[in-house]
Amino acid sequence: MTSELMIAGVMLVALVLYTLTGGADFGGGVWQLLAWGPRKGAQRRLVDDSIKPIWEANHVWLILLIVLLFVCFPTAFAAVCIALHLPLALMLVGIVLRGSAFVFSHYDPLRGRGALRWGGVFAVSSLLTPITLGVVLGALGSGFDVDPATGLVDTDFVSEWLAPYPLAVGLFTLALFAFLAAVYLVNETDDPELRADFRARALGSAVAVAATASLAYLVAPPVIRHDLSASPWATPLHLATGLVAVAALVALWTRRDGLARASAMAQVTLIVVGWAVAQYPYLAYPGYTIAGTAAPASVLTPILVALAVGGVVLFPSLAYLFVVFKRRPGA
Amino acid sequence: MTDLLAARAQMAMSLAFHILFAIVGMAMPLLMVIAERRHRRTGDPIYRELSERWAKGTAIMFAVGAVSGTVLSFELGLLWPQFMAFAGPIIGMPFSLEGFAFFLEAIFLGIFLYGRDRVSPRVHLFSGVMVLLAGTASAAFVLCANAWMNTPAGFTGDPATGATSVEPFAAMWNPAAFSEVLHMTCAAFASVGFAVAGIHAAMLLRGVRRELHRPALKIALTVGAVFALLQPITGDVAAKHVAEHQPIKLAAMEGHWDTERGAPFRIFGWPDEQAEETRWALEIPYLLSFLAHGDPHAEVVGLKDFPRDERPPVAVVHVAFQIMVGCGLAMIAVAGLGATFAARRRELPDWYLRLLVVSAPLGVIAIEAGWTVTEVGRQPWIVQGILRTADAVTPTPHLVIPFLTFTGLYVLLGVTVIVLLRRVVFAADRDKKHGPSNMLSGTSATEAP
Ligand code: HDD
Ligand code: HEM
Ligand code: HEM
Repeated sequence: MTSELMIAGVMLVALVLYTLTGGADFGGGVWQLLAWGPRKGAQRRLVDDSIKPIWEANHVWLILLIVLLFVCFPTAFAAVCIALHLPLALMLVGIVLRGSAFVFSHYDPLRGRGALRWGGVFAVSSLLTPITLGVVLGALGSGFDVDPATGLVDTDFVSEWLAPYPLAVGLFTLALFAFLAAVYLVNETDDPELRADFRARALGSAVAVAATASLAYLVAPPVIRHDLSASPWATPLHLATGLVAVAALVALWTRRDGLARASAMAQVTLIVVGWAVAQYPYLAYPGYTIAGTAAPASVLTPILVALAVGGVVLFPSLAYLFVVFKRRPGA
Repeated sequence: MTDLLAARAQMAMSLAFHILFAIVGMAMPLLMVIAERRHRRTGDPIYRELSERWAKGTAIMFAVGAVSGTVLSFELGLLWPQFMAFAGPIIGMPFSLEGFAFFLEAIFLGIFLYGRDRVSPRVHLFSGVMVLLAGTASAAFVLCANAWMNTPAGFTGDPATGATSVEPFAAMWNPAAFSEVLHMTCAAFASVGFAVAGIHAAMLLRGVRRELHRPALKIALTVGAVFALLQPITGDVAAKHVAEHQPIKLAAMEGHWDTERGAPFRIFGWPDEQAEETRWALEIPYLLSFLAHGDPHAEVVGLKDFPRDERPPVAVVHVAFQIMVGCGLAMIAVAGLGATFAARRRELPDWYLRLLVVSAPLGVIAIEAGWTVTEVGRQPWIVQGILRTADAVTPTPHLVIPFLTFTGLYVLLGVTVIVLLRRVVFAADRDKKHGPSNMLSGTSATEAP
């Protein structure tokens, strides 16, 4: 395998891990926004407690992803930043508001009395970021031509992303994150009523996932449906995704919550991997390929070494963090 | 406002905002680790309380630092795509290593802040030390990247062709890296030490909870003073590098127009870019030649030797430099006074506490001014001598809108952080004075429903 493919693989892993961890944090915000019923307060608190110690670490996956993109595929990074300036900026607004609002509402000794009502901001910004992230990922599938005159991306700054398909992917991403968060939250508490609450929410959002996925498929332009899905891996991946999705539903229904969590994680992983396989070999279709935009080998090889060495330090520490905070009391 | 100007303003605003939180993330772990160690050594609960109080403020600041830093890593591409398309691979090594440092920092911060009751005291203290090391390392890496913009090295090729061959470590250890890392790291500890000392001095003046605020002041002032005293030395190292590698920046810092031997050092004064002279300056003969090259008769290049379109905005750079050095000298005076009181084992008098309150923002002002010197002094280049800022800006139109949006967002965040820190820092003591408090009883009130 070439170095640029290996790095693209690491970026895919980072994206999967960001979805599984950071994505679920955003999904948690959705459930704070939608908290209802007699246990409204308890639901909000459960989300708060589950995210608190780990969100900073979860969020670094996104940074790693963006750093690897600009270091190893610099012209693709420039093209994406130029054409998708607006959705990326909105995504950042969401990230800023959500990260800070979360901490603000958590630490405010007066609990948001007076002018500081941050809980609502946290929740609303939890919608903005998943949608714009999905829009960006959806937009990568079409419209990135190189302008031969300038050597830059040929763009009107809008049409790449303001189209039915990217917007549908945005909604799908939101539904997916909410689903993932609900399944995690079932496993975060011993309170049977709260578990039932989030089990119901998980089932409801699974319906939303299916609906938005169908919508995205319906509005997908032909390049996405055919050119970008022509890989021989596409069909087995779709089948596998469907299988684990059903497994997650059955496990939820039969209250095998641990199994539900594992299946949901597998489902999300397969969806992201499936997207990447369809996208291969393009970073941004059709002008920017992995091989065509890769930095020289003198950059890629040392970065690969740094990634390997960094991973040796990182993964044990990360595992330790999750062991410390995600070991259920009494479990 | 042109798009270029809007992009520069947005970059400057975001960086100036981020640095406030970044220095807290670098320096507060040191204060907390000191308090934590005292607690373990002496068993005195007051140090534990102190460490927890500091941790709360730090957690708030750290979160804003993390999100504003995330904005920055995207902004490099959103505003300067051509710069990143060229420079990204070259300065990729420090940025990638920085990513790992962030990870470690975030992981161990989570354990340090929320894991006190879940891990052993030893592991808890160890995570504090890891936060400190990783925070300083991440700052050092990003500074190496910035230093490369000042003294580019370690690559062949140019912005038109892209970098063809890169030596990542030569690029990372570029000539300016050492002096920038050294000077900025000391700056972070000095300014946070002063800011924290000022807050606790204010609490002592109000007469609340002396048993808590006295040791707090002592720790913070010691850290602030030690690094403030180092600052002119590390600054001198930086100045000598600038003199060697960016003579035009040095000339702008000094408002120095004519190339001459035995050049004077100017204090105050206003550089007039039209008339090409610096008015109303206090000149100390030979000092500039000595400071820049270690020889009172050395030649110092003046601005007139460079074409006008390669000169930075001289007045901004000169004034910013004066502000930084002025703040630095004031901090040394305050630190020196504190050291004499400590040497004579005297209680700090009220007037000195008042002086500390007034001095609290000095370091932060110096940092913002120092960055203005570094960044504005590099203009019109984004990469010194290689790529002009104007050629690197994004073609995206209407950049004034994101500039205003992010400015508004950061103003809002800044105000909230101040209100919130006041609540966290002061509400605790107010509660203590007027009846039972839940803020101080081991776990915080925010933990309760
Ligand atoms: C507490 C803050 C603080 C204080 C007291 C000082 N500085 Fe400073 N200075 C900084 C904080 C700072 C900074 C913000 O950290 C900079 C910006 C870039 C950098 O690496 O450090 C800086 C940059 C900077 C530069 C430009 C380096 C470059 O462009 O690459 C020089 C020449 C000096 N400083 C020199 C001094 C001198 C002679 C001081 C004497 C007292 C001094 N500084 C005090
Ligand atoms: C002199 C300049 C800078 C210093 C000293 C500095 C230092 C730091 C430190 C110590 C942190 C840890 C978080 C905190 O303490 O609040 C941080 C966060 C961050 N910084 Fe900066 N930084 C600087 C400039 C930049 C620049 C230019 C970028 C982007 C290219 C950047 C990107 C980030 C990111 C992404 C984070 C978040 C990491 C996380 O999630 O934990 N920083 N910075
Ligand atoms: C955190 C402390 C920093 C502050 C306060 C700061 C301040 C500034 C200012 C005032 C400008 C505008 C200069 C002008 O256009 O006249 C600027 C530009 C810029 N800075 Fe910095 N800077 C900091 C650190 C960094 C670091 C660590 C990096 C990169 C790793 C960086 C990269 C840039 C870039 C790319 C620009 C835009 C291009 C240019 O104007 O040259 N800065 N910064």
